[in-house]
Amino acid sequence: MMENLLKLDNVNTHIGQYHILQGVHFEAKVGEVSVLLGRNGAGKTTTLKTIIGLTPATGGSVTFLNQDITKKPTYDIANLGIGYVPEDQGIFAQLSVEENIKVAMKKESEESKEKLEYVLNLFPDLKKFWKKAGGNLSGGQKQMLAMARAFVNDSKLLLIDEPSKGLAPIVIEKVMEAIVEMKKRTTILLVEQNFFMASKIGDSFTLIDDGKTVHQGAMKELIDNDEMKHKYLGIG
Amino acid sequence: MDLIISLVINGLATGMLIFLLAAGLTLIFGLMDVLNFAHGGLFVWGAYTGIFSYAYTGSFIVGIVVAILTGLVFGFIMEKLIITPVYGNHVQQILITLGFMLVLQEMIKVFFGPNVVAVKVPEYLAGSWQVGDIIIIKYRIFIIIFGFIVFGLFHYILTRTKVGLIVRAGVMNKDMVQALGINIKRIFLFVFMTGAALAAVAGVLMAPYSGSIYAELGMEYAILAFIVVVIGGMGSFQGSLFAAILVGLAGSFMAYYVPYLSLAVNMILMAVVLIFRPQGLFQAAKG
Ligand SMILES: Nc1ncnc2c1ncn2[C@@H]1O[C@H](COP(=O)(O)OP(=O)(O)OP(=O)(O)O)[C@@H](O)[C@H]1O
Ligand SMILES: [Mg+2]
Repeated sequence: MMENLLKLDNVNTHIGQYHILQGVHFEAKVGEVSVLLGRNGAGKTTTLKTIIGLTPATGGSVTFLNQDITKKPTYDIANLGIGYVPEDQGIFAQLSVEENIKVAMKKESEESKEKLEYVLNLFPDLKKFWKKAGGNLSGGQKQMLAMARAFVNDSKLLLIDEPSKGLAPIVIEKVMEAIVEMKKRTTILLVEQNFFMASKIGDSFTLIDDGKTVHQGAMKELIDNDEMKHKYLGIG
Repeated sequence: MDLIISLVINGLATGMLIFLLAAGLTLIFGLMDVLNFAHGGLFVWGAYTGIFSYAYTGSFIVGIVVAILTGLVFGFIMEKLIITPVYGNHVQQILITLGFMLVLQEMIKVFFGPNVVAVKVPEYLAGSWQVGDIIIIKYRIFIIIFGFIVFGLFHYILTRTKVGLIVRAGVMNKDMVQALGINIKRIFLFVFMTGAALAAVAGVLMAPYSGSIYAELGMEYAILAFIVVVIGGMGSFQGSLFAAILVGLAGSFMAYYVPYLSLAVNMILMAVVLIFRPQGLFQAAKG
């Protein structure tokens, strides 16, 4: 039995007067890639934002490393070891690739230098465009930069929101390979609509619909369950 | 030719004072999304505390230091008490900072008296140089040099240091900065206090330049600074220098050649910029 790194228990989130999350349950186990699935507007992005504290939960609890982080400010949560790769990548457009990564690097220790070296080997494009403005990178390069930036920030858990969005198949392939490689060193919570990608690299899945968790299990169960795929994901 | 040079020096000196005021304003707006209408109050408080300590000690440098300290202390108190509760709400920001502006202005009268205070240029900066036919007033050159040094210093901080990097990143995407583990509130406070100190320094430098100070001065300069922030591009530090010099020069030339237009010229400049480049001459891109 592997340990739960992250646990969401009956999480509710309001944005303004809207009740967006209405009972999300979720666990991420150490060393796994957990995939959050659900149709457009189901609440996947909001779930990630609630974990990182940008839209804090108004009910239920979020536990990370056995600590209650439900009410903590975003920077505290990030410093506990959660890296966030938002849906729009959140690149600082006028900062260079180097500066984008530097914002994230807390200290220039041996360990962080090693991590930087590691991601730059994983994404050689970033090294190539080291001095280029983040806003001028291609979509795929922005995705890689966002992932690298979250990774060097001492992350034990990476939240990655739809990394395949808007990318060409060959670039998606690259991003997938990178996630599989990063998985060796960190736990990953992935939001992904591309079921091919999700099923290939995910170990477990959580299906949310209308702001609620409706199913959880091993990825294999979902792959074999055509009815569930059809009902919630509109495939098969 | 000598006339032109005089007008340029005049314009540059005024421009630099406006720049010191506008630089803080533009960063406060760009990073914190806060419209601070009380900025002029800090300016006038810097002028009074600085000039009174200058008069008391006889040292202008002490006056400048006291003005900086005043700016830092007032900036700290203001950010904590006045600004923090109204983050994210422009209407409330305008109301509360305008109200506080009036409070600051009236408090000047309570603490320092309601009368206009005459100010002399310190001896070592007084007088002028004569170069050929041109008379160059030393204090104006001093202000210009001071302004460029401040610009250089802050340009260095913004482009070469970690905190400057964070400030620039924060102007572009606040949420992401926090998601990378940075307490943006601390950065806000730092920027606000720095902006307040710059405004206070502008005040104390302006005093000997104009020869006298009074409580309402803050409002007059704050309006110019706002125009500069709009022209330069809200959130752009370089833009505020460029626009401040532009406004300073335009004011100085118009006052000489078309005096009846000299008050309107800034409004006209702003209107023209807003029509053709609503984001300002320099853009501090978000996102
Ligand atoms: N700031 C907001 N204000 C109001 N409603 C919001 C806000 N953000 C999200 N929502 C609503 O919350 C619901 C969930 O949005 P969310 O972005 O979490 O969905 P998602 O599962 O990530 O969808 P997608 O697959 O399209 O990215 C949607 O109905 C959306 O309209
Ligand atoms: Mg989404």
